[in-house]
Amino acid sequence: MQLTVWTYEGPPHVGAMRVATGMEGVHYVLHSPQGDTYADLLFTMIERRDKRPPVTYTTFKARDLGTDTAALFKGTLEEAYERYRPQAMLVGSSCTAELIQDDPAGLARAANLPIPVVPLELPSYQRKENWGAAETFYQLVRGLADTEEPQRHRPAGEGSVCNILGPTALGFRHRDDVAEITKLLGELGIRINVTAPMGATPADLVRLGAADFNVVLYPETAGTAAKWLKRTFDQPSTTVVPIGHGATSDFVREVAELAGIDSEPVLARAGSRLPWYSRSVDSNYLTGKRVFIFADATHALAAARVAREEMGFEVVGLGTYAREFARDVRAAAKEIGVEPLITDDYLEVERAIAEAQPEMVLGTQMERHIAKRLGIGCAVISAPVHVQDFPARYSPLMGFEGANVLFDTLVHPLTMGLEEHLLGMFRKDFEFNDTAQPSHLAAESAGTDRAEAEAATVAPADGPIWVPDAEAELKKIPFFVRGKARRNTEAYAAEQGRSEITVETLYDAKAHFSR
Amino acid sequence: MNASTTLTPAEPVAGCRDADVLRERGQHEVFCGLTGIVWLHRKIQDAFFLVVGSRTCAHLIQSAAGVMIFAEPRFATAVMEERDLAGLADANEELDRVVAQVLERRPEVKMLFLVGSCPSEVIKLDLKKAAQRLSANYAPDVRILNYTGSGIETTFTEGEDQCLASLVDCMPATEPEAEADLLVVGTLADVVEDQFQRLFDEMGIENVAFLPPRRSGELPSVGPNTRFLLAQPFLTETARKLSDRGANRLAAPFPLGAEGTTGWLKAAADAFGVEPMRFRAATAAPEARAKAATAKRRGALEGKSIFFFPDSQLEVPLARFLSREMGMVPGEVGTPYLHREHLDPDLALLPDTVRLSEGQHVDRQLERCRADRPDMVVCGLGLANPLEADGMTTKWSIELVFTPIQGYEQAGDLADLFVRPFDRRTRLEV
Repeated sequence: MQLTVWTYEGPPHVGAMRVATGMEGVHYVLHSPQGDTYADLLFTMIERRDKRPPVTYTTFKARDLGTDTAALFKGTLEEAYERYRPQAMLVGSSCTAELIQDDPAGLARAANLPIPVVPLELPSYQRKENWGAAETFYQLVRGLADTEEPQRHRPAGEGSVCNILGPTALGFRHRDDVAEITKLLGELGIRINVTAPMGATPADLVRLGAADFNVVLYPETAGTAAKWLKRTFDQPSTTVVPIGHGATSDFVREVAELAGIDSEPVLARAGSRLPWYSRSVDSNYLTGKRVFIFADATHALAAARVAREEMGFEVVGLGTYAREFARDVRAAAKEIGVEPLITDDYLEVERAIAEAQPEMVLGTQMERHIAKRLGIGCAVISAPVHVQDFPARYSPLMGFEGANVLFDTLVHPLTMGLEEHLLGMFRKDFEFNDTAQPSHLAAESAGTDRAEAEAATVAPADGPIWVPDAEAELKKIPFFVRGKARRNTEAYAAEQGRSEITVETLYDAKAHFSR
Repeated sequence: MNASTTLTPAEPVAGCRDADVLRERGQHEVFCGLTGIVWLHRKIQDAFFLVVGSRTCAHLIQSAAGVMIFAEPRFATAVMEERDLAGLADANEELDRVVAQVLERRPEVKMLFLVGSCPSEVIKLDLKKAAQRLSANYAPDVRILNYTGSGIETTFTEGEDQCLASLVDCMPATEPEAEADLLVVGTLADVVEDQFQRLFDEMGIENVAFLPPRRSGELPSVGPNTRFLLAQPFLTETARKLSDRGANRLAAPFPLGAEGTTGWLKAAADAFGVEPMRFRAATAAPEARAKAATAKRRGALEGKSIFFFPDSQLEVPLARFLSREMGMVPGEVGTPYLHREHLDPDLALLPDTVRLSEGQHVDRQLERCRADRPDMVVCGLGLANPLEADGMTTKWSIELVFTPIQGYEQAGDLADLFVRPFDRRTRLEV
C-alpha cells in the first residue's frame, strides 16, 4: 500500500476515457461499480465539454456480486450499442471489476455486435492514466488500421502527407497545439491525413497507413501506436516535440527532411518573438534565475531546454511523475548537472523544492499549490491542471506562437526587473521596504506577515546564534533569497564550529558559497 | 397566527405518501460514499480519513475536493498495489505501516477512520478488525474506527450515514434515570448549528447535542431518554443504530425553508413539552424573516417546473420547499434511495402530481427529462453542462450539500440557489 495524498495521474481507465472522449463515433462500456462516473465531470467541468463523455458504466452494486455481473455487463453493452450506434466500441474493466474477473473481451465476443469491439486490458494496480491512454490508442490503431490496402498510392509530386498523433480529451493545451502544428505543417506544404485520437473517427483510423510519416506530439499517449505504425507501414515518426523556439525550429527541420523538402524558406519567414524579447535589455534580470521543473516528461524536458537556452535561467531541479519516461529525464538532469527527481509523491516534490529554494517553479497544479505555500512564483506547464488551464483564448505551447505564450507564461510570475531594482535600492525606505503592504491595502494593513513568518524560522536553539548586527545585515538581503542566505550561513557556521554568527560570518559564508 | 397554522397547507394537497414509485436500475450517474469525506473532515476537526482503496478512489476524492486543496488535507488514500492483491504483502501489516505513517505526520489527529472502498470490500479486507486492533495499539491517544464509503454499498451522502453510524457505537451511554436530552443528527454548517442551538435555548430545551461533534472527544451520550431529530434525510443506518441504543426519533419534515424549519423545531418542542406561546416567542421573528426572504424571490420561481435527478436524498424535502414556499411545479423527483418513514412528513406535503423515482437508469431518465422539457433541472456536474448545451437551465446539485441551506436564516439563500441560474439566463445576451 502506498500512502497517497494527491495523485498526479488517474487510473488507466481514465486514460481510455480520454481517448474515447477525444474521438467521434467510439463508445466505451466500462465494467465498474456505482461512483466511477465521477470521471465524467473531468470532461464536462474541467474541459467544459458540452456533451457527456461516450462512456456507459455497468454500475454494479454489492448485491449483484457473485451472481449476475457478467450478464449485467453483456446487457449494458448491447443496450449501449442499440442506443448510440457507434462505429466501434471499447470494452474494459475499472479497478474493482478487474478484481471480480468477469471477462469483458469474451463477453463482447459472445455479444457478436456488427461493429469492431476492441477489448482493453488495463492493469489498474500497476499502471496509470497516461499508460491507459497510450494502450487504448494503440489497441484502437492496431484493431482498426487497414493493413491490406496498398499504401501511399498517390501520384508522385503531390507532396507529403502525415498523421498527427497524440492529442486527447483533457490534454493540457492539446486543442491549440494541434491548431498551431497543423498551420505550421500547412506552411511547409505538408497535408494532414489523420489527426488522432482527438477529432478522429474509427473510419479515420482505418486509413492511417496512407500517410508518409507520423508527427508525434505527445509521446506519452502516441508513443506505442507510433512504434506499431513504424513496424507495420514503415512510417517514420518525428522525435522532436515542438515546444520552444529552438525545438520548433528543429521540428521544422526534422519534418522537412521526412517530407524531402527545404525547411529554410519557412524558417526564414516564420519564427517567434521569443528570441528578441529574451535579448531585449528588459530581460537582463532573468539571467541565472533559479527554476525548479517538475511535470510530465515531455513538458519537463521541453521546459528545461527553453529555460536554459531561451530564457537564460538556471535549472536547479528537474523531475517527472511519469516513470515510463524516467530514463530520458535522468539523462537530461545529468546533462544539466542536477539530481533527477522521479516520483509520484507530491510531498517528496515539496521537500525537493524547499531544499532547492528556487526563484520560480514550473510544474503542474500540485506544484502551483506547493509554490504558493512556499511563497515562490510558479507557472503551470503540464497536466494535471485545473479548469483555468483550459482557457477560452488561443494559447498553444507548441510551435512559434507557443514559444510566445511560453515567454509570457515564464516571465509573469517573476518580480519585474524594475520592481526588483527598486526593492534592492529602497529596501530600507519607509514606504518601499519589503514588509510594507501595497498602498491600496494600507487601510487594512496586517503589515508584518512576512516579518513574522520569518521570525518563526529563526535558528533552532541548538544552532549558532545570530548577533543583532548580523541579523540586521541579513535583513538587508532581498527577501526572496534571504531564506537561502540564512540557511547557508548557519550551515557554514556549524561546519566551522562557530557558535555565533557575526556580520563577518555572514560574508565569510557568502564568499564560501559563491566559489 | 398560532404555531399549528403554519403547518396547515395553504392549499390542500393530496400528498405523495402512497404514490407509486418508479424504481430503476442501470447506469447511476452519482458519486459514491467516499465523497462524504470532503465535508465530514471539515466538520470533525481532529479526525483523519484514510481510504483503503485504489488509485481511482484517490482520484475521485481529489476531483471532488477540487480546489479545496490544503497543504496537507486530513484525508488520504492507502492505494493498494499489485503485491497487496497477490498476497505478497500482508494487508494488515501494510495497513499498520500506513496508519503509523499518517499518525506520525499528524500527531494532532485524535480519531482516524479507515474508510472501506469497492476494491477493499471485493477482496474482503476486514477493516473492522483492523480498526479494533489499531485502536488497541493507539489507545488512549487515537481512536480508530471503520466505515464503508464504497460505491457498491453507498451513494454519495450515504457515506456520511455510515460514518455517523460508526460513531454511534462509541457514544457513551446516559444513565437510565437521566433527564431527557435532544440529539440533532447530521452534519450542519457551524453557523446553522449555532442558530439551532440558540432557538432550542430560547424554547427552554436543555441538553441539546449535535452528531457529529466538532471535535472527536465531544461525542454526545445516548440512551433511552434521548430524542433525536434528523437534520438530514440520508441517515437510515445512523437512525437505526440510535434506536438500537434506546433513543427515539422525532418525526418531522426536514428543516428547509420557513415551513420545514418550523415543523422540524415544532417536533422537538412538542416532545419536550414546550408551551405554544414560548415556541412562538422563539420562532415568530426568524420565521417571519425567512418568509420575507423567500417571498422576495418567489416571483422568479413561481409556476416554473423543476426536474430532480437523484443525488443526495435531499430531493424530496427540496421539492417540498420549492413547491410549497416558492410556487414551483415539481415534475419528476428522483432520489437514490427513498426512506418512506423518514420522509413521511415531507411526502405528505408534496403535490400528488409528482412522479417519484428511486434508483437510476440515466439514459432513460434523460429521455424523460427531455420529454418533460422542465424549466429547471437539478443534476450532477456530469450532466449539467451537456443539458445546458441542450438549452436547459440547470442547478448543479452538489452545491446543495456544501452550502448552508437549513434553518430560517438560510431560507433566502436556499431560494437564491435556484433563482440564480434563471437570473443568469436572463442577463446573458450571447
